[in-house]
Amino acid sequence: MQPIPLTVNGNAVSVSADADTPLLDVLRNHLGLVGTRFGCGAEQCGSCMVLIDGNPEKSCGTALSTVVGKAVLTIEGLGTPEHPHPLQQAFLDEQAGQCGYCLSGILISAKALLDKNPSPSRREIAIALDDNICRCGSHPRILRAIERAALSMREGSAR
Amino acid sequence: MNTNPPTLPPLLLDNPRLDQWVSFPEPGHVTVSTGRVEIGQGVLTAMRQIAADELDVAPEQIRLQTGDTDLTPNEGYTAGSQSIQFGGVALRLVCAEVRGLFLDHAAAAFGYARADLAVRDGRVTRGGAPTAHDYWSLAAGVDLARHATGRAPIKDASEHRVVGQSAPRVDLAAKVFGAPIFVHDMAMEGMVHARIVRQPRRGATIRAVDEAAIRRAAKASIEILRDGNFLAILGADETTVEAVAAVAPGHVAWDGVDPINPAQEEARWLLQQPSIDRVVGAPPADPAQVAIRREATYTRMHIAHASIAPSCAMALYEGGHLDVWTHTQGVYPLKAALARTLKLDPSAISVRHVQGPGCYGHNGADDAAADAAVIAVRKPGIPVRVRWRREEEFGFEPVSPAMVTTVHAILDGAGRPSDWTTEIWSGRHSSRPGGGGNLLAAEALPDPPPAPPPTESSNPPGAGTRNGEPLYDFPAKRIHHHLIAETPVRTSSLRGLGATLNVFAIESFMDELALEAGLDPVAYRLSVLADPRARAVIEKVAAMSGWPTLDNPPLPGLDPGITGEGRVGAGGPTAPQLTLSPAGGEGRVRGSAAGGGSTKGRGIAFARYKNLAAYAAIVAEVEIEEIVRVTRVWCAADAGLVINPDGAKNQLEGGTVQAVSWALKEGVRLDTAGISSRDWETYPVLRFSEVPQIEVELVGAVSDNPPLGIGEASGGPTVAAIGNAVAHALGARIRDLPLTRDRVMAALLRA
Repeated sequence: MQPIPLTVNGNAVSVSADADTPLLDVLRNHLGLVGTRFGCGAEQCGSCMVLIDGNPEKSCGTALSTVVGKAVLTIEGLGTPEHPHPLQQAFLDEQAGQCGYCLSGILISAKALLDKNPSPSRREIAIALDDNICRCGSHPRILRAIERAALSMREGSAR
Repeated sequence: MNTNPPTLPPLLLDNPRLDQWVSFPEPGHVTVSTGRVEIGQGVLTAMRQIAADELDVAPEQIRLQTGDTDLTPNEGYTAGSQSIQFGGVALRLVCAEVRGLFLDHAAAAFGYARADLAVRDGRVTRGGAPTAHDYWSLAAGVDLARHATGRAPIKDASEHRVVGQSAPRVDLAAKVFGAPIFVHDMAMEGMVHARIVRQPRRGATIRAVDEAAIRRAAKASIEILRDGNFLAILGADETTVEAVAAVAPGHVAWDGVDPINPAQEEARWLLQQPSIDRVVGAPPADPAQVAIRREATYTRMHIAHASIAPSCAMALYEGGHLDVWTHTQGVYPLKAALARTLKLDPSAISVRHVQGPGCYGHNGADDAAADAAVIAVRKPGIPVRVRWRREEEFGFEPVSPAMVTTVHAILDGAGRPSDWTTEIWSGRHSSRPGGGGNLLAAEALPDPPPAPPPTESSNPPGAGTRNGEPLYDFPAKRIHHHLIAETPVRTSSLRGLGATLNVFAIESFMDELALEAGLDPVAYRLSVLADPRARAVIEKVAAMSGWPTLDNPPLPGLDPGITGEGRVGAGGPTAPQLTLSPAGGEGRVRGSAAGGGSTKGRGIAFARYKNLAAYAAIVAEVEIEEIVRVTRVWCAADAGLVINPDGAKNQLEGGTVQAVSWALKEGVRLDTAGISSRDWETYPVLRFSEVPQIEVELVGAVSDNPPLGIGEASGGPTVAAIGNAVAHALGARIRDLPLTRDRVMAALLRA
């Protein structure tokens, strides 16, 4: 089995796994990055969302062979407790979450949105998150948190 | 100071020793134990606040132990919105007593006047000034291995510093940074991954397993483990095990799989089933009574918990001891059920809670734990991780039963019920494993336990009958309950249990009666409701939503045209149109909902959850253009003393969103093989762009009224308020859930 090279959260890694192994399994079981969650394995719930070269993709349906040489960003690469991404800070500020299982995927989808559209309307945020399921009903807080993060990022870049 | 409770709460009778709850293991830290577990509801944060205030320590000084059969009190299940109302109250009494014992000891040991002593951040103060003593320096002299008396005075709301504050969630940061916090994220050296090939039906037996075909699907080494009708795929590589498990069911032939009737996905089949019947409440009404009688029937399909992830567990059997890590709601009941299933002594089993996806009731969590345990005892020394497949969670978790509720009322001359019967047909709402060994793995093993008998708890709180008794002041109220023993699929508890349909039925019918009486729905309700806390939440939500009739006098009299026998039944309302419009002064905006235009409506509903927990009133606003969209929801709730206002609002919001989803979208689909809605396309739930704007306000949150459970309070009223808003918008009522496009179109034809 030929090791397959890719970049995860800025680090070059090579993975010895079958080429059709789902990226989600590579992240969780080969690289120990369990912040990307398994929800359905069928690209329907968004729990496993990652950025691949900046685009939001469901890692459960992404074969390892399709990310050769590409840059993957997972929740672990978004920010840390010491250096939170503005989205993570905003989710804490708004207490946006209950069970929290969906949050990794939602934060990644939100980052993809704000990278493209720094000033989204609430409607645009909601539509951008329609690939992500939250079952606890934290949606109102999540929408507020993303608005808050967008504002703080705009203010940050304006300074 | 509050007065003491007259008797010790049951949780303190079950877990009497103070050191089961509180200990001071190292300087600066208090260990607080709770049998309650975090299921996304924020209970850990609230328990820490309660303990901090009664012990007078800083929240940061508290280390929580939670849901561990080796370490924490046995509090049964974390369910029924009872964690704060009962578990929190018990913890509060214990902490107050512990604090008092330390101060008694300090006074005696150092000759201080007891009345001069207090505690701040764990340090004893005298006359407000610090002393040299604290919990840790005094701990050796205070024996906490003693029974609680429950007599220590607890603090008044005015004395709270931490309780009543919106403290941030202790568990949220880990979730926002993607930390390995869920049981799904556990990894142990040498662990194997396992998937189960489930019995298609209780009692099904394996005729043949084509092991060769199953192995051909494996790219890496696997093991096929079979005992009786329990069949599992094991392997070190999860990707391989998952792929094999996806095809394995096609290579197993079963006997004893009778087809089920897919028509049973709708609830009316229940009316033809044998049932276990009982009557609760008032004696029968006099049949000779000359009366205006009304009745209407409301139904609901089976509802899935639809947790965001399938269930998962880890188990290790080593040296004759079994350790299980699980997101169960009840570590102790699960331990007892595992002991029976595995024929192990309970002392040989430890069950530990690790967080999982929100469950909202009895989903697959216990079954996954049993799967892992059954495999682990057959593979000593090897950690076994079972993660259900998505289709397994949808297909095999116990779902919330389909229900029918018929409301019968006899009206007085003013159009108010003088006699009220709520008649309920439902399968069981509770089949948790602690009660009857209801675990899928146990049923598949040789010598399976008998099917647990159908059960229903008495009212209140009731299960299928929950909230079957309206809180309104009708002279005679009763419940007729028909418990259906045989259901096509396994059923158990989901957030709200029977309250969801019962509140939908009662509150829909109240609107129908108000309409017939020509009265505003708010005024009509207030005219038959004395409970001041109930009135307050209704008045509050009316004010929040701008309900226009708030100042109208209650029940200005009956429209003289409404008399005689009749049914509010299938033909839709026969009474005059609403004379008082609740739709913000604009009245009902009727476009052609069927073609092009949209129509708007507003509805209100109210319930006190279980008639024992929090009060909640909801106003919902809908816009209908073939399909129903819920655009805004207002919620007012009274939960007595609120430990964490933001946490309480989060629960009410979440319950509201979930209930919008139930009302508009949800129903388990059946085919002859069982549950056929096994993914998010066939079991759709509310998505972000469909979520309404929600405003929540707490009434009476700073209060010496005891805390009331809030997690399930908003669900029933939300579903009912949406139903009333839809009826208002369409001019025709839909009495069957969910409120789908087909039902909207049918209602429009009737209107």
